[in-house]
Amino acid sequence: MLRPFSISGIGALVALLLACTFFSLGTPRFLRGENISLILQQAMVIGVEAIGQTLVILTAGIDLANGTVMALGSVVMTGLAVNNGVPPVLAVLIGFLVTSGFGLLNGALVTTIRLPPFIVTLGVLNITRALTLIYTLTIITGLPDFMNTAGNTFTIGATQITFGSVLMILLYIIMFFVLRATAWGRHVYAIGNNPEAVRLAGISRTRLLLSVYALAGLFYGIAGLLLVGRTGVGDPQAGLNDNLGSITAVVLGGTSLFGGRGNILGTLVGTLIVSVFNNGLQLMGVQEIYQVLITGILVILAVSVDQMSHRTQG
Amino acid sequence: MRDGSRREPLLAARGLRKSFGHIVALDGTDFDLYPEEILAVIGDNGAGKTTLIKVLSGAVIPDAGEILVEGQRAHFRSPLEARRHGIETVYQDLALASELNIAENLFLGREIRRRGILGRFFRILDKPRMLREAARHMSDLKIGIQSMNQTVGGLSGGQRQGVAVARSAAFATRVVIMDEPTAALGVKETRMVVEMIRRVKARGLPVVLISHNMPQVFELADRIHIQRLGRRVAVVRPDECSMSDAVAILTGAKEGNGLSRPTARSASRESSER
Repeated sequence: MLRPFSISGIGALVALLLACTFFSLGTPRFLRGENISLILQQAMVIGVEAIGQTLVILTAGIDLANGTVMALGSVVMTGLAVNNGVPPVLAVLIGFLVTSGFGLLNGALVTTIRLPPFIVTLGVLNITRALTLIYTLTIITGLPDFMNTAGNTFTIGATQITFGSVLMILLYIIMFFVLRATAWGRHVYAIGNNPEAVRLAGISRTRLLLSVYALAGLFYGIAGLLLVGRTGVGDPQAGLNDNLGSITAVVLGGTSLFGGRGNILGTLVGTLIVSVFNNGLQLMGVQEIYQVLITGILVILAVSVDQMSHRTQG
Repeated sequence: MRDGSRREPLLAARGLRKSFGHIVALDGTDFDLYPEEILAVIGDNGAGKTTLIKVLSGAVIPDAGEILVEGQRAHFRSPLEARRHGIETVYQDLALASELNIAENLFLGREIRRRGILGRFFRILDKPRMLREAARHMSDLKIGIQSMNQTVGGLSGGQRQGVAVARSAAFATRVVIMDEPTAALGVKETRMVVEMIRRVKARGLPVVLISHNMPQVFELADRIHIQRLGRRVAVVRPDECSMSDAVAILTGAKEGNGLSRPTARSASRESSER
């Protein structure tokens, strides 16, 4: 039986619907197809990063390096294509390899040296940030067409829809089934729940965590490709705050920071909540700083709900 | 074997030693488990019961000594290797994942996959079959839970114990080891688990039961292994030894029967009784 949402996940969905109702009452422009499409387009990069972040958090870890790993991937793929004449498809694949490699490095440090994920990814955040700036200080422009694909649109009725936002939703659906229906997915939950049970069941903690961190890295690479497609450039300064942004999405979506509990579709809802608030408040002419304020309040609310449900469960 | 008619131990250990830093947990202990019996292991805190059981279940690797499975030397470097020899353990903390459902916990690490490439390549689970088989294993032990779909986190302590015992009984082909299975339970749930242990035995699986609960040990066990200061100091039968004598042996107030190896007398009694 599929349970698409846990209780906290339903809370997130209700919050999203309430926000949408509020903004559609506040401004007639909110519910227009083009605006919905814009919300999705603005959410797609952080949304794909948040898939990787959810996987890591489900194992009771945390990833602070997702944004800088993504930035490194995006400058590598654009730089190789523009400066070195590497065929675009190959350049993108090399970019994915780089981000997955740094994911693997995170996983290796967490499993072999047994450092806390917070420290490991804090280190990798600085390393990848520095490598990105060593690689290029300037924005990479003049990208081949292929790299803009994710930012291109197709039209349904009168609404233009970005390819990247469709890809984001597809990735969420795929990962939802992977987490629910495969042995790997169940082990990801189990290791966050009770690592000792996983060890005693004969499941390799090392292999499981390596695969989780590496896969998260791949998602950061895909997010990098979407970012490149959306902005049309390779930006070394991108993604610096995306770690907190993606953790916000995960937490708003009802996934527990203690690990083992939560739902990946909740993360999609969490991503959309942030995006809807930013978009709606902007349409209503509210200053940007209030968007940040409200996101902060929402996060604290969401974590409080998680804490309380954790306490009542014992 | 010295006595041809004597039944061979299903699981045995000779001269196990294990230290953790300066602390000697096992000081050359022996162990014998015979087919179709419930063997209780008792001992004071620090006597090495838990370490002994962890060695037998592959969770701790001994510094010295040997383990014999049906007379053959075996080396357990991980719980998985003990399981490959048909030895399953119910750990004190049960080793269950609270967010997974009963079926997923029963099959944790041994999931049933779909046929064909969906299962082999994508590792997609055959959930209907897992639910069906879980229900069968649970009803074999008469554990009255209807839905295998509920998460273990929502179960009572006794029900969780039931899931852990059912998991071990389902996969064990030689031995089920239980570490303090009733320590955290109320009176009624303790009864339920005691009945479960009897049913495991009735299915032909010998049980190693670690317990502090003397009345329960004397009620359930066929033989009692008494552990003291890292050694087996005695093996007694509940019908031949009083509870107070057993307690006296485990505290050191009374000498044990000095069993470092089964004596010829106890060994022949072993065979004559069957």
